[in-house]
Amino acid sequence: MAYLDHAATTPMLPQAVDRMAELLGGVGNASSLHAAGRRARRVVEESRETVAGALGARPSEVVFTSGGTESDNLAVKGLYWSRRAQDDRRRRILVGAAEHHAVLDPAIWLAASEGAELVLVPVDGMGRVEPAALRAAIETAPDEVALVSVMWANNEVGTVSAIPELAALAAEYEIPLHTDAVQAVGGLAVDFAACGAAALTVTGHKLGGPVGVGGLLLGRDVECAPLLHGGGQERDVRSGTLDVPAIAAFALAVELAVQRRAEQASWLASLRDELVRRVVEVVPDAQLNGDPSSDPERRLPGTAHFSFPGCEGDALLMLLDARGVECSTGSACSAGVARPSHVLIAMGQDEERARSSLRFSLGHCSTGADVDALVAAIGPAVERARSAGRTAR
Amino acid sequence: MKVLAAMSGGVDSAVAAARAVDAGHDVTGVHLALSQTPASHRDGARGCCTLEDARDARRAADVIGIPYYVWDVAERFSRDVVDDFIAEYAAGRTPNPCVRCNERIKFAAVLDRAVALGFDAVCTGHYARVVDGRLFRAADAGKDQSYVLAVLRPEQLAAAMFPLGGSLKSQVRAEAADRGLSVAEKPDSHDICFISSGDTAGWLRERLGSAPGDIIDESGDVVGRHDGAYAFTVGQRRGLALTRPRPDHAPRYVLSISPVERTVTVATAERLAVSRVECGPPTWSGAVCEMPLTSVMAQVRAHGGPVDCRADVVDGRLVVEVVPGLTGVAPGQTLVLYDGEAVLGSATIDRTA
Repeated sequence: MAYLDHAATTPMLPQAVDRMAELLGGVGNASSLHAAGRRARRVVEESRETVAGALGARPSEVVFTSGGTESDNLAVKGLYWSRRAQDDRRRRILVGAAEHHAVLDPAIWLAASEGAELVLVPVDGMGRVEPAALRAAIETAPDEVALVSVMWANNEVGTVSAIPELAALAAEYEIPLHTDAVQAVGGLAVDFAACGAAALTVTGHKLGGPVGVGGLLLGRDVECAPLLHGGGQERDVRSGTLDVPAIAAFALAVELAVQRRAEQASWLASLRDELVRRVVEVVPDAQLNGDPSSDPERRLPGTAHFSFPGCEGDALLMLLDARGVECSTGSACSAGVARPSHVLIAMGQDEERARSSLRFSLGHCSTGADVDALVAAIGPAVERARSAGRTAR
Repeated sequence: MKVLAAMSGGVDSAVAAARAVDAGHDVTGVHLALSQTPASHRDGARGCCTLEDARDARRAADVIGIPYYVWDVAERFSRDVVDDFIAEYAAGRTPNPCVRCNERIKFAAVLDRAVALGFDAVCTGHYARVVDGRLFRAADAGKDQSYVLAVLRPEQLAAAMFPLGGSLKSQVRAEAADRGLSVAEKPDSHDICFISSGDTAGWLRERLGSAPGDIIDESGDVVGRHDGAYAFTVGQRRGLALTRPRPDHAPRYVLSISPVERTVTVATAERLAVSRVECGPPTWSGAVCEMPLTSVMAQVRAHGGPVDCRADVVDGRLVVEVVPGLTGVAPGQTLVLYDGEAVLGSATIDRTA
């Protein structure tokens, strides 16, 4: 079996599994005052320091959450509510047109229910938010902008936006910028302090930690209204009993992913390049989506996103799955229906091309054999899918 | 064989898929997403294609141990079944959307795609039997669905697999429970799957708007008003709200619908009987039948009883004479010809006399 869907979720690192298993049998609420509570609290705080150290943040800037979706919701809604409370004119939310649904949907909800005005900042043909586009969106009414949210690296096509530049630009207008760095951490150099973002989303299961735990790095002076009210465990921004084993495993995974990043990114990129080259050899009209640049700072190292003209992405996925090759189409709705990717549409591609696309993503345990399996399967699968064409539409 | 099992999320299609696996086939489960905006759950026996149904289908596939995917056929379904349904009612006819779905979606769009993707057959939970390429009624007379499958041509039938045709529904439910399928007790779906409220007239009014007109009797006297002729079907008695009763108080039924004049004509029961049914071109389920057919039977609705008839093809169109007579026969309905248990073919009714 060739698992080529690491951008969806990647296996836990053995060290993270061990750390989590070691703690799962223990007891102690990190908010309790007795010895068991203190032991648990110590694990949490050491984990916080580890995450902070790995990502260039202060420990107090690490808010543990249940993962990427919660962090994105907290940042978008929390920043909106706080900024609007400070100045009622601030109702515009500027988000990249190719954002993940965990950012887009809260913004759409705020527009529908909370008086916000949603502004989609266009991306270029590679999926990147250019500073000029952001500036133009801000300049329409700078005083009315509540926040900006632009992802560090796109989850579908892997294109990187220049977050430090965009954050600096937003800072000129004293507007906080949130960035969803879920795909970036572990693949690219991410430094919270240096990038200038007000808030940054990271999650465990994309980098070798467990599912269900992540964090929002939130600048010390950034006000953010909570989503979850209760015990106020995390800086009063996030309540809920802390999941000590998961937090410890998450922190260890972040630490290892960041330590290994430079070396891993370089071999991942070469494996990815081999994958792209060999897929195009077999299917000469396959179109690579996103930034084709060889500059490692402009694209994720492990992602290859193609359109296969004349094919339905979901038919290809099924045919590859039957041959033991696991990959993904764009975004799937809750019923599992493949919809044309909004990312490709935002990049200016037509619906046909968006529907014919597949993402292959490599990760820490990928091997050349995975690529071999894909290369062996893709030719017949494309041929079949092409003959099926769009019969069911 | 490589078999694609269409799984609605109901008990029948789940057991059908399981039986296909038992028969040694390489089975893949596919849930057809027919609605572009699926509801999150369904209410009792009405509707289907909700997210809950998709989840039930997924769970059944897990239990059976087959791969499972969702195919988005919402656009095709909307165009070929729902739009057709609306247009037919707007034209004063009474369509059967299940027939259209089998004809144009399940055993056309889906089958074509399945074959192109390397499958040999499409398996469904319909109650009907295929023997030597011919379609027969199911063993469970109460569940028989041969009527809605009679529109399939021989080549479609050749790639269809109905593993439940020889079983009783009660056996299928018991078998589902034995197999650990959680849908064993799920209620059967009734009515029209894309009208989850069950209120067809209201649903049509939302789409066709108000088109008020007169309800008249055969002498042309106005006996009531209506808000849209499309809300009526030939043979209907309830919901007429007639303002002028007959002197003898005999109940009246819809006799005919004229959408252009926006009139609905009513008459007493005996006037509804028809002896001659003229249809469009026939679709033969098996071999083309030699004409005329003398001792065959006709059925004009899914759960209506068959009646003896004589059938002929005149200028390419099927003409059926029934004895002693049928009531409530509406243009747009499907007429199916049977020879005993065997389906001969079908045609869409154009007019009656």
